[in-house]
Order: sequence, then structure tokens, then C-alpha cells
Amino acid sequence: MADTTLIAENDILARFPEGVSQDERKGYQGYIVAADRLVEFATALRDEFGYDYLSSVTGVDYLPEGKMEVVYHAYKSTGGGALVFKVQVPREDAVVPSLVGVYKGADFQEREAWDLLGIRFEGHPNLKRILMWEGFAGHPLRKDWKEAYFEEEKKPFDSRWPGGDVYRAEDKNPFGKNVVYPEKFDPEKWTPVGEEGFYGGLRGFDAGDGDEDLKTEQVVVNLGPQHPSTHGVFRMVVSLEGETVVRLEPVMGYLHRNHEKIGERNTYLMNIPFTDRLDYLASMSNNWGYVQAVEKLLGDKAKVPERAEYLRVIMAEFTRIVNHVFAIGTLLNDLGAFFTPMLYALEERELILDIFEAVAGSRMMCNYFRFGGVARDLPPGVYEKMRDLVFERLPRKIDELDRYLTENEIVRARCEGVGVLTPEEAIAYSAAGPVLRASGVPYDVRRADPYGIYDRFDFDVAVRYHGDVYDRYLVRLDEIRQSIRILQQALDDLPEGEIISGKPKYSIRVPAGEAYGRVEGPKGELGFYIVSDGSANPWRYHVRAPSFINLTALGKMCEGDKVADAIIILGSIDIVLGETDR
Amino acid sequence: MSEELNAKGYEIPPEMRNMVAVTTLDKLYNWGRRYSAWPMMFGLACCAIEMIATAASRFDLSRFGMEIMRPSPRQADVMLVSGTVTKKMVPQIVRLYNQMPEPKYVIAMGACASGGGPFKEGYNVVSGIDKFLPVDVYIPGCPPTPQALLYGLMKLQEMMEKQSIKTVRWYQKEDLPAIPVPILGPDLIDPRDFPEFQVKLAQAADQAQVEE
Ligand code: SF4
Repeated sequence: MADTTLIAENDILARFPEGVSQDERKGYQGYIVAADRLVEFATALRDEFGYDYLSSVTGVDYLPEGKMEVVYHAYKSTGGGALVFKVQVPREDAVVPSLVGVYKGADFQEREAWDLLGIRFEGHPNLKRILMWEGFAGHPLRKDWKEAYFEEEKKPFDSRWPGGDVYRAEDKNPFGKNVVYPEKFDPEKWTPVGEEGFYGGLRGFDAGDGDEDLKTEQVVVNLGPQHPSTHGVFRMVVSLEGETVVRLEPVMGYLHRNHEKIGERNTYLMNIPFTDRLDYLASMSNNWGYVQAVEKLLGDKAKVPERAEYLRVIMAEFTRIVNHVFAIGTLLNDLGAFFTPMLYALEERELILDIFEAVAGSRMMCNYFRFGGVARDLPPGVYEKMRDLVFERLPRKIDELDRYLTENEIVRARCEGVGVLTPEEAIAYSAAGPVLRASGVPYDVRRADPYGIYDRFDFDVAVRYHGDVYDRYLVRLDEIRQSIRILQQALDDLPEGEIISGKPKYSIRVPAGEAYGRVEGPKGELGFYIVSDGSANPWRYHVRAPSFINLTALGKMCEGDKVADAIIILGSIDIVLGETDR
Repeated sequence: MSEELNAKGYEIPPEMRNMVAVTTLDKLYNWGRRYSAWPMMFGLACCAIEMIATAASRFDLSRFGMEIMRPSPRQADVMLVSGTVTKKMVPQIVRLYNQMPEPKYVIAMGACASGGGPFKEGYNVVSGIDKFLPVDVYIPGCPPTPQALLYGLMKLQEMMEKQSIKTVRWYQKEDLPAIPVPILGPDLIDPRDFPEFQVKLAQAADQAQVEE
């Protein structure tokens, strides 16, 4: 945690006279660090400057310059803005020292950058592909890598607009499917990589001390990707001693839908509906994160009118409630209370979805935010409905949920003391959202780095101190109550007026530069990193997905617990696979 | 019940209605299956959330005898492919399908499962589950609303009603071959494409010769 003897930020260049320089490109910020100084620099940032929370790690392929850049965003866990630092290496031989030794939360993110961009992180303990499978040809986010259905670099494709020539992509692919193989590839002369190596690596070492008879054998158990309690297509491989988890490795990518590659072909506006499908339980907050990043690049051109600001807060907080009741329902499912608590949770969700449907036209995929405002105003009658929900029904129903569950003996017995994450670990693993706050770190982006108009509302940051499954459940419950508080204030103050600045446009041009927009999504800090080259499409579009990064700590949380507890620990992190795998 | 089951042209005395029905084997068999089609509990992506909403109290799948979702393919009758099918996942889906006992049905729920959907061009996305499995009902939407899903399930019931034991593919003399499980190579490989690979290789070799 931060201590008081920290060095001020503007001394960074003084502290590192060599190897660190200001990023002087127009529209960019932060520092460029020489690759061989990176670990030293990061260690100093963490220990001397107080930037102990590494939020996002990602790469950018600057193909024209022949460079590969790794971008890091670090924060202080006490609040404040980001410190951005970058490392530039040649594309063809992209090797960067790994920061896993300094920030454990870099683990999965570095693996992702290796998988998708082909950046090798030297010193990473387990540098394997994470979203694609081992043996896949190429690193798909590199700008010169082309997918099977590739048509043009940028949308809209000329054939479709204004050409008007519509055809099925399958018809132009030699196999009639979305596949492309290396030249002269012959499947009959090729052996699959298989999963044996993977399982073998997990099978632990014998604990016995040389005596053959006393050796205990560890068993490797595979859960998923089709498993009723993994919340979708998620897989965990656990190695067990008896029933105790010795090691657990999450395996993901079964829902990797290439969000970022598609996003870099899309125009800016086209990406909004895609963000809906990231965390499909919380489409409104995803929208917000994305438009926030683009608005940062647009600057004053996209000033959000007052009414729209309020509508944004209202929708985002409703989304949080939807998400949290759903998370509580599924957690209880995982505990064995099959579907009954879920029915209670879904009842409230339906009522809120009705509001979304009336406002945005869709229950789940709202596509409601626009650059500089929101898409539609409230239709008649909806305001009253919202008031009724927020002032009457929801507080009562949340109390009811609380009464049924919180003191339930089985819930307490199974959740208390299980899956503990200490505050130091939570920060080191870059955990976010309820997972972080249940570990006693009062970090909420709405407070720590306020966006929109959150500084106007009176609410508390929910925080609990045991860091176990039970506290994560309680934090969610607290947060629902705080959301209701915010909603009550926002509905009372909702002003009349415009809902979007300027005329809505299909294609906007965004000034060149980079921006990182982040919001406190229901699952944690949701960040969007966007690099614009001044054209109508983003050059780089990256999502910092809280579901994905929170999983970095899953193995740690499960170690030493029973295998049945691994299920509820996963449930308490609350992941959505659309966001985990993107 | 017998009203629905009774075959046309048989007069049942009023006092015996509701107890006796004269019917065909097909009709009886389809009637039973129609109201007990258990879906497999199997969510892929966003559409699965709407599937859960459909199962909950507001829309209530149990009105159709379908509320019993089975996590095991061996106990399921209907596979609801509810979401984007990725290349990494498709081997498992095909395996699950092969493990389901006949009679079995596949519903492609949503744009993704039907044809790739919004993510179609993605390098890890399969352009619809029908590239691998025989699909019985397609439900459009992104995601389909619960009402749309229910309509799709009713269409499936209608389809079941029209089937005959004599003609359905799983009661024929020959065994139904399992669907070959796709392989994760440099890209997704469908074992059924092996002959085509050889053709392509031969073509490439020819071309190389011409160029020489
Ligand atoms: S069809 Fe739409 S809602 Fe359904 S899985 Fe695909 S993207 Fe998600």
C-alpha cells in the first residue's frame, strides 16, 4: 500500500536520467522506457512512486514504423490518474522483459499479448497461448495477418457500400468455411500438438520422501468447457491431492470472438454494438467505457449535455443492479440452491430489462450510448416506472434477498473463509471491482478517478475486509444498495434538455492520438485503450476486461481449498465469458 | 388428452373419452416425445442468458415440458446451441452431439449459431453450427427474445409431430455414423475435408510445374 514518503511524479525523469524519456508524439502521453531498464523502472514505480496497481498491459503494432509497442497503465491504489509507460521493440524480433515478477497481474495480459501480437515476454513463467490454441498459425492481431474472410483493411467495404454487392463470405473461401491454412498444408502428414503436454505439466511432483509406498499421487481433474457451473464455456484444470486443490489453471478462449480484430476494421460508431456483447449482462456500462475513451480523443467536440449525463448514470447503475442480482443468483446456484434464488434474481432483472427495452429498443444489447450523449430520450411513462422501481420495489426486494440469504447457515458455512485474497495480493494481481473491494481495498473508479458526473452524488464505496467468498457476496449486496441511492438522487435531479451534442453522424473522424477510458463496470474496472491514426477507424482497439484479469488470481484463491469450493470461488469472482475471452 | 391423441374416424363413446383412445403408434410416440424434450444445459454466449430468462418464471419453459435442463448430453434430447460457436469450442460441441442418444434435435439459437452472426468474420468463429451438425430449427435474433425462443421450440414440437418411426434417420437399418470431430491444427480442420486437401495439394503441385 502507499506510504507517505513517495516521490512526486514529475521527478521520474530525474530519477531515471537514462533509458526513460517523455513520449513526445502528438496526442500521446507518458514515458518511453528502454527495454533493458523496464523491470528496474517498474519496480521503482511500484515501491518509490506508489503506482502499485498495474491496470492494463497491451501491445500495439505500428506496422509502418516497423515497431511493436507495449503499453502499460499503472495507478495508485489510493486513487488518481494513470501513469502510462511504453516499451518499443522491433516488430520482427519483439522481445520485452516480463513484469510478472513486479506486478503479478501482468501474467495473463502478457500471455494475451504473446498470443495475439507475438510479443515474447522474457522471464514469463508460463508463456503459452491463452485465447487461441497452442499450434494455431500466426498472431492474429498483427496488422499484416489476414483472416480467412478478409476483404479489405477498413470498413465499410467498397463492395457493400456504396457497391451494394452482398454475398456470403463462405462462397469466396476455397473450403466454404472460415478457414485458411499455411501453403501446402497436408493434414495427413501433420501431428496435432494435443493436450498431453498440458496435463503432464500440471501433474505435480510426488510429495513422498523417497519411500515408494508413501508417495501420494496427484490427480488431474478437468472441469469444463462444458460444465454446468462454469458460467459458460470456461475450463479449469485442477490437480488434486485427495480433495484439496494443489494447483489450478484456468483455460479460456472458448468464446474468443476476435472482438479487437473486428474492432480495428470497424468504424468508431460500428464498435458500440460490439461492446454490448462483451459483458452481455452489462451492456450499458460497456458502452460507456468505450464512448468515454473516444470522447477523450474528440475533446470538446463531444461535450455531453446535462440530461445525457444523468441518463448515463441512471442506465449504468441499473445495469449494476441487474448484474449483481444475477451474480448472486448464480453464486447460489453454484452452492447447490439450484435455480430458486435465481428465480428471485431474474424477476427484478426482468423489470429493469423492460425499462431498457423501452428506452433502447432491446433487452440485452442496448447500444444506447453515443459519442457526446445517448441515442434516445426516455419514452413517455418510463420515468414513472423507474421511480416506482427505485423508490418502492427494489429496496424492498433487496432487503428480502438479504433476509433469505445472508444469514443462511449453509451459505455462511460454505462461503466464510473460503477463497481468501489478502489486500496486498488483490492489488498485486490487479484484481478489480467487488473482488478488490471485498479484500479491504476501497478502490472504486467512480471515486478514485471520477468520470461523468459521479462526483455529484452521495454514495459510499462498499468495502469488506475478509477477502473471502462471503464478503464478495456482501459487497455486491452493499453495492446494489448504493446504486439505488445514486439512482434516487439522479432521478430526483434529472434535468430537461438535449440528449446529444451536435448532429448524430455515421462516420466520425477522430484526431490522432491515444486514449484510455475506464469506468467502474459491475465486474470491475473496464478499460478501453484506443489508438487513432486520424482516420475513420481505430488503429488499435483494446479492452481491459475485468472478468479476464480477475481470473489471474483464481489459482491463488483456490490453492489449499477443496475442489467443490473452487466452483463457488469462481462464482464469487463473477465472470462473463464474452468479456473474459472477448 | 385423448382428444388430441385420437386418430380421426374412430368414434369413442362419450363415457370412455379421456380414458380410451384409438391411435397410431407414431402419434402416441410423438405425443410423448413432444412434451418431454429435455434440452441440454449448455450455454455458449449471450444468447444463453436469454435462454436462462426463458427458463425462469416470467416465460416459463416448463409449460412445454422442457424445464428439465440436463447438463449431461446422455440425458438430453435437444441441443440448444445458444451463442457463438468458436473454432476452439466446436470439437467439444460435436463430441457432445455425438454423445446424445437418438432421437436428438439441434436448435440454432440466434444469429451466431445460425450463420456466424456479428462476429462472422472473426478468425476464431465458425460460420454457423450447421457447418458441422444437422440443424432442425433456426431462430433469428441477436439475441432472440424469449418469445422468439419459445416460438422456435413450438416449431420443433410441430416438427416432431410430423415424424414417423418408419422414416426418421435413426431407426433405419444402417447405423448412423458419428460426426467426425474437428481437429485444432494451424486452423480448424474438418476431417471430412481430407480428400479436398489432396485435390488442392495436387493443384498446387501442377501449378508449380507449369510455372517451371
Ligand atoms: S446471436 Fe447475438 S446475442 Fe446471440 S450469441 Fe451471437 S452475438 Fe450474442
